Amino acid sequence: MKMNRRSFLGTASAAGASLAAPMAFAAGHGVPHVVVVGGGPGGATVARYIAKDSKGQIAVTLIEPTRAYYTCFFSNLYLGGFRDIGSLAHSYGNLAAEGINVVHDWAVDVDRDAKAVALAGGGSVPYDKLILSPGIDFVDGAVEGWNLSAQNAMPHAYKAGSQTELLRAQILAMPQGGTFAMVAPPNPFRCPPGPYERISMVAHLLKKENPTAKILIADPKESFSKQGLFEEGWNTHYAGMIERVGPDFGGANVSVDPDAMTISIDGDVNKVDVCNVIPAMKAGRIAQIAGVTEGNWAPVNAADMSSKMDADIYVLGDASHQGDMPKSGFSANSQAKVCANAVRGALTGSTVFPAKFSNTCWSLIDTNNGVKVGATYEATAEKIAKVDGFVSSTGESDALRKATYEESVGWYAGITADMFG
Amino acid sequence: MLRHLRFTVLAAFFAGSAVLAEDAGDVTRGEAIFRQCASCHQVGAGAKNRIGPQLNGVFGRQAGSLDDFPYSEGLVRAGVDGITWDLETLDVYLENPKSLVSKTRMNFRGLADPQDRADVIAYLRSFSASPANIPEAMPTAQGTDHDIDPAILAIVGDPEYGAYLAGECTTCHQADGGADGIPSITQWPAEDFVVAMHAYKRKLRTHPVMQMMAGRLSDEEIAALAAYFKDLE
Repeated sequence: MKMNRRSFLGTASAAGASLAAPMAFAAGHGVPHVVVVGGGPGGATVARYIAKDSKGQIAVTLIEPTRAYYTCFFSNLYLGGFRDIGSLAHSYGNLAAEGINVVHDWAVDVDRDAKAVALAGGGSVPYDKLILSPGIDFVDGAVEGWNLSAQNAMPHAYKAGSQTELLRAQILAMPQGGTFAMVAPPNPFRCPPGPYERISMVAHLLKKENPTAKILIADPKESFSKQGLFEEGWNTHYAGMIERVGPDFGGANVSVDPDAMTISIDGDVNKVDVCNVIPAMKAGRIAQIAGVTEGNWAPVNAADMSSKMDADIYVLGDASHQGDMPKSGFSANSQAKVCANAVRGALTGSTVFPAKFSNTCWSLIDTNNGVKVGATYEATAEKIAKVDGFVSSTGESDALRKATYEESVGWYAGITADMFG
Repeated sequence: MLRHLRFTVLAAFFAGSAVLAEDAGDVTRGEAIFRQCASCHQVGAGAKNRIGPQLNGVFGRQAGSLDDFPYSEGLVRAGVDGITWDLETLDVYLENPKSLVSKTRMNFRGLADPQDRADVIAYLRSFSASPANIPEAMPTAQGTDHDIDPAILAIVGDPEYGAYLAGECTTCHQADGGADGIPSITQWPAEDFVVAMHAYKRKLRTHPVMQMMAGRLSDEEIAALAAYFKDLE
């Protein structure tokens, strides 16, 4: 390329802007500035839609510590051997190319008076509108005997990536006839069918690699998502392998000892080979630091996902307390589009269309045996309220189950393209 | 090199194909089988490009070569690489479209039965023989769920509203027209889009997710989506 002074200056200032990223857009500088914290299905989608649809009228910064995002959805399929781990990883390169200022750092504080987000690496990013989509953290002390320093001995694998790889490695290393235990979480939690799809995938893997192994679930809940479908599938495909202890038999009274690799259920101590502890959850910590949580979650207005505590802060996805939608990647992606439309309207005067939300969760029970549950939602004055829904039936044909699984693969391609470009 | 490789692969594919369709297909039976193609493809007198290209004169035509149809890049490339539609290539394509053209937007499971393929190919050939078309032979093929109020079809959709509503679609249907497991919905003629959505809304089409999604869209909202997706590249 031939350089002339003008293009050189242009290049230099563009590079300067991206290098000096956090401070480049001063609030009140003409172009309004949206800062998004968290680059998952909520954050990546909202950043992308605001940048794409505002056509340069809004500057968007996305703060996300990881350079490669591993989707939680489909991570159970990796455990079962249906995906490789690399297929779950997505970079933020396309978002940067679409004009989003991607900052790989931790947001550690929010100054709501000065309207700025402080970064772990130093400096701060001013905002006109702040969108928090931090996902989940675990409630301290939720499972007696377990904390984050024990997550190598007893992985949660409920934030995908190294934890998921660790859990699969531990399952494959189990002795023949060994025991896989899961401590299931109380409501509400990320991905309601997730623990039970995971049980299905672990059973699928063990049936092949370790057919005399056992699976033990301690569950504090009376019932769970798609229960009839999962139990039908377990009876058909993994007969005699899976035992679930519900609250009637002490499934809520659980402690673990990561050094001894034991799990105590209602005083009954079991020695196990793998223990997947999925503790109670709360909004990602930055939501609490920002002061927009009430209890464990961040209450929001259904029409636009704005915080009930601060009109310039929005909370998306798992971290939000919004009403009837399950905490899922699909829900976060759906909420992100409503939020993007509302934020653009607030900052540029573009048309704000009425909120519509939807969700579908697919789960894999065994090879080519997919099931799904879904619903549509609308915004009411109090909450996001369910309008209509459906769920797969027990006794469906093999062809329909296969088509449902293939549809889920299509959905994965669709939503990741929608999030990451 | 790549092009050469494609040819080699294709040749191997044909050589290895265990059962080719029988040469002599049954045109009448083929017409009946073609009904499952007719929601996207027209053939016969007055056939027009719809969701898929019209199929008059398809025999001997280079793949992806009609000027006025927005093919997938994959299909155009297949044509450039040398695929011409004839008995053999149609037989492989109809058995499993994505096995021959991996990025085709034709979302069709394929016809597993060689006789079914032979019959439908025989039917198509009746519109491709020389003279190319046989106007008096067959009525124009139509979709099966086409009977909606003309007033609904006449609604002019707002593409800006459609762009917003489309956010609900693109969680599953890829905005770039890619299709793996879930069909592409880009660049459909607006009328076909509206007809399909109303068929879901009235539960004439069976997919539960689509019945639910379409069920709460107003006539104007469906028109808006059709207006948006028809021009989405």
